[in-house]
Order: sequence, then structure tokens, then C-alpha cells
Amino acid sequence: MTTPLANYLILAALLFGIGLAGALARRSAVLVLIGLELMLNAANLNFIAFWRFSPHPEMLTGLMFVLFSIAIAAAEVALGLALVIAIYRHRRTAQLDRFDSLKG
Amino acid sequence: MLNEIVFLLCAAVTLVGAVAAMMLRNLVHCALCAAGAFAGLAAIYLQLDAEFVGFAQILIYVGAIAILIVFAVLLTQGGDIQPTTASTSPSWWMGLPVGALVVACLIGSIMASPRLLRLPTQNVHAPVKQIGERLMNQFVMPLETVGLLLTAALLGAVVIGLREPRKSESNAP
Repeated sequence: MTTPLANYLILAALLFGIGLAGALARRSAVLVLIGLELMLNAANLNFIAFWRFSPHPEMLTGLMFVLFSIAIAAAEVALGLALVIAIYRHRRTAQLDRFDSLKG
Repeated sequence: MLNEIVFLLCAAVTLVGAVAAMMLRNLVHCALCAAGAFAGLAAIYLQLDAEFVGFAQILIYVGAIAILIVFAVLLTQGGDIQPTTASTSPSWWMGLPVGALVVACLIGSIMASPRLLRLPTQNVHAPVKQIGERLMNQFVMPLETVGLLLTAALLGAVVIGLREPRKSESNAP
């Protein structure tokens, strides 16, 4: 282990920025969900890196948090994709800027 | 030294996959590149001595979530792309500076703290037996709650995804 902690944190920051930029810039609802997943994964990488470099890694707290976070991310993406499919059935499109019925 | 090279390789795979997933026009290609990024992250977890999380990442993200995304893409518009429609939202130019600003803030604060340059001291290993004991003792309430949440979320996904009966009757020939 010669890679310092900062390298992992920088990788996580870059991953978060890519996911954020993609989620803000793309029109497709599915791609926005992929961007959200990338941001969640960046947070998970931070947890694992801080766990590995912590003074008491035998407590396994960061690891446990990532396990629960992955489970919640799976639930979130299943619900999100079901919503995308339900909206597609009504509006015949998955482009986000076409979902403007509630716009004043 | 070898550790550095492995880290750089995995980081390059992850970042290239993530950028390609956000930039390509064909949604099926995007889903495959996202799966590549998730696999690179799993390799980084393995390199960080978190074997259980690494394999869970491969099973859940590369296995389940990537397939779910491909299904959603094929059920909505499929891989066919009309070249006339734009793939970015009308305000797409806002996304790039916001993302760059967030990355600059994060990297600036990481660079400003010298404590983050430290190296780990001892060898760490987190055996599955220890993780299971911890899950069954200290974290048993969160585990049950996550089980309840997953059940509720998946039932909700099924209910949302169900076709309404009246609409299917009117559509039937």
C-alpha cells in the first residue's frame, strides 16, 4: 500500500463531478439515473478509502455503511427505472424536457 | 510501486468509463460504459482490501443494475437514435461549469489538508465471518430495516410498472 489517501479522494471527486455534469446536461431520464449512480459510487469510494486508512479499521464501520448504501442504491435505481417506464407509457418519450405538464 | 500502477490503471478505467457513459449518444453504449466504470470501482475496492464490498459491487452493480438499465433503455426508446434530436438538455452548458466547480472545490480542499497524504500503517483484512458477525450483532436493526426498505421499494416498483387495466382493455383489439 503505497498510494496515499488523497489519490482515492481525488478519484472520487472526479467521479462525482462527471456524474453531476452528466446528470445536469443530458436529456434522457435513464442517463440522469446513471449519473446519480456514479455520484453514489463516488461517495462509497470515499467511505471505503477512509475506512482503509483509519486508525481502527477492525471496527469495519465504513465497510458496513457501504454495504447498506449499495442496498439502498439498488432500491433507488429499481424505483427510478420503474418510474421512467411508467412515464414513457403515458407520454411516449423518455426525454426529460418533454415532461413539462406541471410547468406554470 | 506496483500498487501505484494498479491504482492508476483502475482509476483510468473508471474515469474513462464514466466519461464515456455520460458523453456517448447511443444509450446502450452508455449503459455498457457505466458497467465498465462500476467494474473499475470494484477493482479499486479489491485493491483497498475490501474484498466483500468489491464482490458485492460486481454482483449488484455490474450484474443487476447494469442489466436493469439496459432493460429500461430497450423498453423506452431502444438503441435507435434519431440524428435530428439533441441528446443534451437545452441548458446543457450549465452542467459542465457546475460539475467543474464542484470538482475544483473538492480537489482544492483535499490538496489543502496535508493529513490526507498519510499512508496506512498496518495490513488490514476484513474476513466475511467478521462482517457477518458484525451484521448479526451490532448492525442487526439496520439490516432488518434495509430488508424492509428493499421489500417495500421492489413492491412499489412492481406496482408503478404495472399496466393499468383500463388502458390495456381499451388498447386490446
